[in-house]
Amino acid sequence: MGESRKCDVLVVGAGPGGYVAGIRAAQLGLKTIVVEADKAGGTCLIRGCIPSKAIIHAAERFESLRQHASVNGHMGLSVDGKPEVDMAALVSWKDAIVERLNKGVEGLLKGAGAELVKGWATFNGPKNCTIETSDGPVDIEAENVIIATGSSHIDLPFMPCDEEFILSSTGALDLESLPKSAAIVGGGYIGLELGCALAKLGTEVTVVEGLDSILAIMDSELRRPLEIWLKKHGVVVHTNALARGTAIKGKGAARKVELTFEKDGEEHSIKVDRVLVTVGRKPNTKGWGLENTGVRMDAAGRFIRIDRQCRTSVPGIYAIGDVAGEPMLAHKASAEGEMVAEIIAGHKREFDKVAIPAIVFTEPEIISVGLTPEEAEERGEQIIVGKFPLAASGRALSIEAEKTGGFIRVTARESDHVILGVQAVGTHVAELHAEFVLALEMGALLEDVAGTVHAHPTMSEAFHESVLKTLGHAIHIS
Amino acid sequence: MSKHVFKLPDIGEGVVEGEVVQWHVAAGDAVSEDDPIVDVMTDKATVTIPSPVTGVVSALSGEVGEMVAVGSTLVEFDSDAVAAPANEPEPAVEPEPEAEPAPVSEPEPAPTPAPTPVAPEPVAAAAAPSGKVLASPAIRRRAREAGVDLAQVRGSGPAGRVRHADLDAYIAADGAISGAAPSAYSTKRTEVTEVKVVGLRRKIAEQMVISKSSIPHFSYFEEADVTELEALRQMLNASRDESQPKLTYLPFIMLALSKIMPDHPECNAHYDDQAGVVSRHGAVHIGIATQTERGLYVPVVKHVEAMDAWQAAAELQRVAGAARGGTASLDDLTGSTFTITSLGRDGGLGATPIINHPEVAILGVHKARDMPVAKDGQVVVRRIMNLSSSFDHRVVDGANGAALVQHLRRMLEHPALIFM
Repeated sequence: MGESRKCDVLVVGAGPGGYVAGIRAAQLGLKTIVVEADKAGGTCLIRGCIPSKAIIHAAERFESLRQHASVNGHMGLSVDGKPEVDMAALVSWKDAIVERLNKGVEGLLKGAGAELVKGWATFNGPKNCTIETSDGPVDIEAENVIIATGSSHIDLPFMPCDEEFILSSTGALDLESLPKSAAIVGGGYIGLELGCALAKLGTEVTVVEGLDSILAIMDSELRRPLEIWLKKHGVVVHTNALARGTAIKGKGAARKVELTFEKDGEEHSIKVDRVLVTVGRKPNTKGWGLENTGVRMDAAGRFIRIDRQCRTSVPGIYAIGDVAGEPMLAHKASAEGEMVAEIIAGHKREFDKVAIPAIVFTEPEIISVGLTPEEAEERGEQIIVGKFPLAASGRALSIEAEKTGGFIRVTARESDHVILGVQAVGTHVAELHAEFVLALEMGALLEDVAGTVHAHPTMSEAFHESVLKTLGHAIHIS
Repeated sequence: MSKHVFKLPDIGEGVVEGEVVQWHVAAGDAVSEDDPIVDVMTDKATVTIPSPVTGVVSALSGEVGEMVAVGSTLVEFDSDAVAAPANEPEPAVEPEPEAEPAPVSEPEPAPTPAPTPVAPEPVAAAAAPSGKVLASPAIRRRAREAGVDLAQVRGSGPAGRVRHADLDAYIAADGAISGAAPSAYSTKRTEVTEVKVVGLRRKIAEQMVISKSSIPHFSYFEEADVTELEALRQMLNASRDESQPKLTYLPFIMLALSKIMPDHPECNAHYDDQAGVVSRHGAVHIGIATQTERGLYVPVVKHVEAMDAWQAAAELQRVAGAARGGTASLDDLTGSTFTITSLGRDGGLGATPIINHPEVAILGVHKARDMPVAKDGQVVVRRIMNLSSSFDHRVVDGANGAALVQHLRRMLEHPALIFM
């Protein structure tokens, strides 16, 4: 018989939802066990947000190097010779960052007093599970369970990922060499972020999207600068195009993948070095005994059903993050994890966020916080909208952030000037989102932002100006 | 699932139709037996009709403001439809009427939070984009910890934002005060609220149009020195026994009017302008214009001429109370020959009251207050009450109207005359 343990809180999964829940629960003096079969940090840290951002950053640097190495240089700066990409070295640089963060998370858990048990948990009942560890099985019985199992890549059954020629996002972050050409099946934010990075590194990229536009989560005005960038950088985009299958062609080093897809009723095929499948993510609800817990699923049977306190249908069992519903974003999972730990510790909490920011790290970057003008109107709001182009920002010009045609757009209620939503697109705009979301959570009026001094010269001035524009009196644009 | 058709029942003798004043339910709502479903107004009374069954409303007939005949279909129910939230997978917990204040231990998960809400929430006050009350995260947290529903707290910040001070005030007053004083911050308000003029409001509107457009009013003002009347009133109130109502000025004014009306018969009358006949009444039935939550009512004290001050006060209290409570009978609300309108504490200095058609005169009574008055060559403080009056000039001449008011003034200034 294996070891048997009891705890106040059992967290299943050490991703951005689970590890935050574990740290907070331990901080609050609860006996906490976090179980994780992989390294601590989850998809986000190990094979998602963080590694992809590292590669995107490296790709930016490489693109700059190429500009400086071109015949006339750039900004008066030039370098001799041809910049080269050593993909394996780039990946190991990225791995070092991941490794550091992974160790950091494990250290934080330990520091807070939460125990990390490595192994695969299988639930036998609502609150007891068996973890297969390297030292044998461990039975755990918990007062409270926080399910934070996350989500995983969706495979297309007719072209399953082999991570050699047909890659998931995980494989795309661990390339041994830079492919000369790549096809991306699924033009959502994951595919496009990697697509932009690959294009900057010099790969010929083709995007095959089933819907009538790429990045359908953002409105057309926000997508436009991205579409222009893709076109300028030779990325071919096929919309309304359905992937049909792949075949490996050629021999030895000359082997390529032939991707076939249907568009406008016709079959097309392209030969590329790699195919990247990024058609979405699915919540991890299978393979760990969810059926033995009695926890109910939502109406569509996709996510675990939760209420505003992340409680499932079984008392004492909570679910957070990707497994518990859209939006599948790390920061939402973390916020839920923190809240649930506090609820278990007896605090009165509810998930009452005004807005969950969403950011796409393409070139240019795209942010959406709160309602878009269209969404606000659908809700029956009488709105005023103001837009300020980065081309009118001195800071943007000095760091070449205006080149991608970005802007900040503010939507406010006409009657009382409450800010309902802010969206932005542009190079280096991602960090600006924090002020947007703070404005929304604080219930800021246009006048609140208008009355706040923004330092010069910074990109954040563009937010101030977009608010002034919404009020009808922007300074740096007519 | 069986369908239940509910028709407008016979809600009063001789009532053939009613006006839909307010729906308490909408199609798709789950209702329990005896839950209010609709308010229907007949000539004099507004009746709340309860649900005859437990079920789900499938259709409503009659817009607000529409007349519905007795016996015509009002509501259709699916009476077997389970009155439970559509998304509740486990109807093990019986949907109970909201009698149990204690939270149920079993979590009842809401439907999966969608990334964007499907429908706008009908929030009247200042709301954030999420449809919630406009308040910072710190305030939302404090409110939750204090068990306060922020929707109940009036926000005094810009755009109705709830500030810490509002929450402090609400908690300190245990909910009695809904927020701190409004800040000086000004926000332009552009909202327009449309209010349907239906039910009693429409009746009042119609009645006012008849009165004001068919009757050529003239108004006349006077002030009465009620110092002595006040002394008498205080004395009587101090010596009254528990069964007797507290005396206001009104019973004295009513009594005085009943006493002098035989000398001014043209003022205590009904004018049927179609027939060209003025009916002068011997009886003095005084209507008292009464503001109620539902609007203006004019309950009537009958045969004031046969009452003493205590009886007049008691009857006045009864009919006004019945009107406010909605229990007034048809008889309590009809038959006045003269009307008094008194605004009490908000009495002001003067008004131009509108005659209660088909009557021919109305008296407005204003708040008595201490005033400096020249009396016998000295400035002295006297208790002064202003009187406003309007008369139907077709059948009451100016001199006649003035004579009534002057006569009344003498009675009030020398209250012994009222009892002579």
